[in-house]
Amino acid sequence: MMRQILIGMTVSAFCAGAAVAQVAPEAVAFTEGAVEQSLSGAAGNPEEGKKVFATAGLGNCVACHAAEITKDIPFPGTVGPTLDGAADRWSEAQLRGLVANAKMTFDGTIMPSFYKTSGYIRPGDAYTGKAGTEPLPPVLSAQQVEDVVAYLMTFKE
Amino acid sequence: FAFAGHAEPANDTLIIDGSEIITRAAPAAHLDGALTELISGWQFRDTETRAIQMDDFDNPGMIFVDRGIDSWNTADGTDGKSCASCHEGPESMKGLRAVTPRVDAKSGKVMNIESYINDCRTTRMGAEAWGDKAEAMTDMLALISLQSRGELVNVAVDGAAAPIYAQGKEIYYTRYGQLELSCANCHEDNNGNYIRSDHLSQGQTNGFPVYRLKDAKLTSAQGRFVGCVRDTRAETFKIGSDEFNALELYVASRGNGLAVEGVSVRN
Ligand code: HEC
Ligand code: HEC
Ligand code: HEC
Repeated sequence: MMRQILIGMTVSAFCAGAAVAQVAPEAVAFTEGAVEQSLSGAAGNPEEGKKVFATAGLGNCVACHAAEITKDIPFPGTVGPTLDGAADRWSEAQLRGLVANAKMTFDGTIMPSFYKTSGYIRPGDAYTGKAGTEPLPPVLSAQQVEDVVAYLMTFKE
Repeated sequence: FAFAGHAEPANDTLIIDGSEIITRAAPAAHLDGALTELISGWQFRDTETRAIQMDDFDNPGMIFVDRGIDSWNTADGTDGKSCASCHEGPESMKGLRAVTPRVDAKSGKVMNIESYINDCRTTRMGAEAWGDKAEAMTDMLALISLQSRGELVNVAVDGAAAPIYAQGKEIYYTRYGQLELSCANCHEDNNGNYIRSDHLSQGQTNGFPVYRLKDAKLTSAQGRFVGCVRDTRAETFKIGSDEFNALELYVASRGNGLAVEGVSVRN
């Protein structure tokens, strides 16, 4: 049975008493691919974002993207475009949308969705090759998305 | 700044023992323009890796061929027979690698070389089936493949194979796993591009079994499929499953026109 994805519905959990309001993956509101609200309710840390960008078990963005600013991360891939000037081309909200679910911006893109939990064909349990059960944990946590977005905001020419 | 960019595969000529092995070919009509040229994975590897495959004395895969010969001649099972008891020398297997997997018209089953081997072991020798990744199995695959070295892959896609081909094709284009990636996303749309430090090839199977330098052992085609599907954060199919048998037939047919390499070397 497919779980229904509640795209477009803002179920932002402003729980009274909670320190920060986190947006659940099923509740992210995309407006023409962009996501206005911080997913973790907190600001991103670009230093941490660089780790997310470079680490195979996290965002592994470097598998597909190179940029002048990331040149100390060896062997960048070429499947995606170079990201020089990404922050000049895209707003923070657009970059957040791109990382959360790039298919909302580029229909059918090969770029994976990093903050999505269901609607997959033969979902696995991370990289074990074994079956996973939806909803899966998203590839990146809300804070990791914010961190990598903060890092992308430094990609200026 | 130093940035590799999309890189064309090499345009080298694979010559082993004085004979050229075809590594570039025109695509078969059934591919319907999906690829403009067929290119063996050998062309996508670096100069040193390509060189290792050009010399059988350097090719570590050939050691496993020798082990395969030993096991070919060794009796096993309750009937006290070896492969040689019924098939004489391994050269009797010449040509088989180029036309498998194929669909057995009578049983409707997809037969790859592994299935034939285990069929003989269990029904004709009274021996136990070899595991899909057992060294004895990949040794024998290497020995049998080598008999067809240089022959052009010519896997049937019509007749009894038609529904299996269709099933394999469907799997090839399905975007599996949490990363939602299909075989085609990487090997059709992006061959020539780098995914991190890996130069993406067309994912052809004409070179299998391959000796992988990083694993220091042989891998079968379906063994490789397991790794590729796992890397999409998907639940893999099992080696020998109907799905992977169909996929192996389909992927092999995408290489119709490339040559069987025998035992190839990859990083
Ligand atoms: C499997 C490949 C792949 C991975 C992994 C990947 N991307 Fe992408 N990305 C692409 C492709 C391809 C595009 C171009 C969109 C299109 O046309 O499909 C793209 C587009 C983008 C863009 C917009 C491009 C522009 O105009 O500047 C940004 C920003 C981006 N990616 C960031 C990221 C980040 C950050 C990560 C990791 C969290 C990531 N990507 C991971 C393939 C990938
Ligand atoms: C007792 C006899 C016997 C033994 C022992 C035997 N085989 Fe066979 N094998 C056959 C026969 C008969 C066929 C043909 C089956 C058919 O056509 O359906 C066959 C078919 C095959 C085929 C398919 C060849 C083709 O052209 O269709 C392969 C591969 C094979 N055997 C490998 C082996 C290996 C490897 C061993 C030892 C591990 C072995 N066989 C042991 C009798 C034997
Ligand atoms: C995320 C990208 C990706 C996906 C998706 C993927 N592969 Fe691969 N595949 C690779 C990489 C990287 C290699 C190693 C470099 C190369 O040969 O392309 C590889 C290698 C191969 C090879 C070995 C080629 C040779 O000559 O040694 C085969 C065969 C193959 N893949 C088939 C498949 C099939 C079938 C699928 C779908 C079930 C698939 N791949 C999905 C990335 C991928």
